[in-house]
Amino acid sequence: MKMSKIVELLNAKVLCGEELLENEVHSACGSDMMSDVLAYVKDQAVLLTGLVNLQVVRTAAMMDMLCIVFVRGKIPSDDIIEFARDNGMVVLASEERMYPACGKLYANGLVGGALHA
Amino acid sequence: MSVPLKFHYDVHGEDFTSAGNASVQAKKALRQLGYDPNIIRRVSIAMYEGEINMVIHADGGSADIIVYPDYIEIVLADKGPGIPDVSKAMQEGFSTAPDNIRSLGFGAGMGLPNMKKHTDDMKIDTVIGEGTTITMRVNT
Repeated sequence: MKMSKIVELLNAKVLCGEELLENEVHSACGSDMMSDVLAYVKDQAVLLTGLVNLQVVRTAAMMDMLCIVFVRGKIPSDDIIEFARDNGMVVLASEERMYPACGKLYANGLVGGALHA
Repeated sequence: MSVPLKFHYDVHGEDFTSAGNASVQAKKALRQLGYDPNIIRRVSIAMYEGEINMVIHADGGSADIIVYPDYIEIVLADKGPGIPDVSKAMQEGFSTAPDNIRSLGFGAGMGLPNMKKHTDDMKIDTVIGEGTTITMRVNT
């Protein structure tokens, strides 16, 4: 799925990485617990979260993720967006809650990907 | 014999928002050295988990990445309270992190087991009241 499709499906605002939206991503995960993202996620390119702090973007960077979607209308602060931009990530913000946001992406073919080895 | 390349980072303990800075820097350095992305990711995750732990439990410490010809060593040293029961701390889900840390998305009790999972070798030296040194190795 192109990241521009995520923007469309979730009616999301693009906070940074506009120029990367035509790149493809193949799997996603949703969590507010960064400990679990670090422990259970493998090769998922998109992180949906309702947690807003710098650790979210650092965690995503450590995991080589390409896109963060802040759900529930959360808007990250400028330092979060700046970090994401420096690390070549797309940041989106959607009014959707976590469950429908994940469901819409999944139903349109963005799967959960492999379990952690 | 050539001297191994070493990267040293101070991990500041006073502010949780800065936790992970050293790992971000280390990841950039390893990328510049041209390592395989999977190797870099394993080192990054192990170091980041350890760095978060040092900030939560030990008021910071130091992190060193030492690059040998066939492996990368990560040494995380702190002067924190030490780990009273290492085998318990290695259990998935066991955590002594305070509630405010959980509200920031950490403290699920996955850190140490996850560090072990992403490295080829992990050694924990801990002395109560003096500190903890964790030495991890990722084969390249």
